[in-house]
Amino acid sequence: MTDLVIIGGGPAGMSAAISAYENGIKDIVILERDDELGGILRQCIHNGFGLHKFKEELTGPEYAHRYAKKVRDLGINVKLNTMVLDITKDKRVIATNSQEGVFEIQARAIILAMGCRERAKGALNIAGSRPSGIYSAGTAQKLVNVKGYLPGKEIVILGSGDIGLIMARRMTLEGACVKAVCELMPYSSGLARNIEQCLNDFNIPLRLSHTVVELHGRERLEGVTIARVDENRRPIKESYEFIPCDTLLLSCGLIPENELTKGIGAELSSVTNGSVVDQNRETTVSGVFSCGNVLHVHDLVDYVSEEAEIAGKGASEYIKGINKKGASIGITVDGKIRYTVPQIITEKKDVTVYLRVNNVYKNVKINVYDKDRLVLSKKKLKVAPAEMEAVKLSASMLEGVESLKFVLEEEK
Amino acid sequence: MNRTLTCIACPLGCTLSVELEGKDIISVSGNTCPRGKEYAISECTHPVRTLTTTMRCENGELVSVKTSKPIPKERVFDALAVINKTVARLPIAVGDVLISDLFGSDVVATMEKRK
Repeated sequence: MTDLVIIGGGPAGMSAAISAYENGIKDIVILERDDELGGILRQCIHNGFGLHKFKEELTGPEYAHRYAKKVRDLGINVKLNTMVLDITKDKRVIATNSQEGVFEIQARAIILAMGCRERAKGALNIAGSRPSGIYSAGTAQKLVNVKGYLPGKEIVILGSGDIGLIMARRMTLEGACVKAVCELMPYSSGLARNIEQCLNDFNIPLRLSHTVVELHGRERLEGVTIARVDENRRPIKESYEFIPCDTLLLSCGLIPENELTKGIGAELSSVTNGSVVDQNRETTVSGVFSCGNVLHVHDLVDYVSEEAEIAGKGASEYIKGINKKGASIGITVDGKIRYTVPQIITEKKDVTVYLRVNNVYKNVKINVYDKDRLVLSKKKLKVAPAEMEAVKLSASMLEGVESLKFVLEEEK
Repeated sequence: MNRTLTCIACPLGCTLSVELEGKDIISVSGNTCPRGKEYAISECTHPVRTLTTTMRCENGELVSVKTSKPIPKERVFDALAVINKTVARLPIAVGDVLISDLFGSDVVATMEKRK
């Protein structure tokens, strides 16, 4: 029997482990499928990480290194090159590696920290042939930053999420020509500063409300046809434009990797594609917690670490048998707010609720209602889908509350 | 003259308005913190960027590196040319200086590399 098994040794897994350890749980094992701790941060060599957590600007590998060092210094048990195959409802973790073969660990509590994966070409339905030269942005990032290969010389990028923007700059620095970044939506889903320093610095055009409608080339990609889309995101025939290129990078969103979660039987949200959790990040299966990008896709790793600390503390309280669950306050949202995490509050203590909106809005209030009673109102000059918002609820606000509704109201 | 900038100092990405008279900065507004003002002044006088890239190691693998300070923006590609010609000796610890004084900054390792 192991007190706590953590699936995944990326930023979420490492931070959850440290937090659980510091809350008195020493019998921990982290299972990581790669050959080192750090997860996706290892290939994110750009800077901009850690401003909240460390008050300085770090690169991905540096951020990962600080946590990996702490995990090692605390003597937390880590199994690398280890793939988890299945987790049963009674918390047996079945895993495999080349030293131990297939083995089983019975856990008292589990923290899911498997991260997310990229939405692939197959899920996008682009017409045309299937030549080589089409990569997800994250794959290209690994090829360039870890393996040392340049996947192509003339690049078009579909999707303006942060990875797409970062890769536009990275490919340019390595000598490739990025001809355009196409974004289906009328706004970028990446951070404003990445549009500035990754595209504008290198005069890379950002084509908003544009998508790729056709791929050309037999063996290797020879070009793409792009088109402007109307307000229903349908391509406008008159706007078709051929761009010669040998490489197309796809940065079209991330999907939490929840195959193992489904096996446990935890309820998933159809909006986040992650588990439904309470304020401790405990899923609907008692003793199973979830944090980081497997729970919902974050824009900043600092928030991943923070969330994982909550899950680590929650798991430690569960193991020690001191979590005092009583209430069950469900949180609902209006159409402009896509989701909140947590979705349920089971304990009347101070809780920070994170939320994401579905569009860019200016001069808004995030209002929190208990039926018709306004519990809290927070003014924001601007909200955007790329930026997660946080609303702090105090224990006293939750007194006598049965359910909460988060509403985004535009000021007239 | 007025210039509008997007601050790159942190993920907030404030929209900055800079009031200029010739080359002199009269005022900066729109910033949330002092770093925003600093960025606006630097961007309107002498833009700088922190460069992150990779360097070859003697065993053929890559080590990720960064300039320890921002370097002049117009020198980014010159700096890359120097970094791409350099081969790093192993072992490497985070923070090791792999090239010193490149356009006023050191090039330091951002990851560990064992021999």
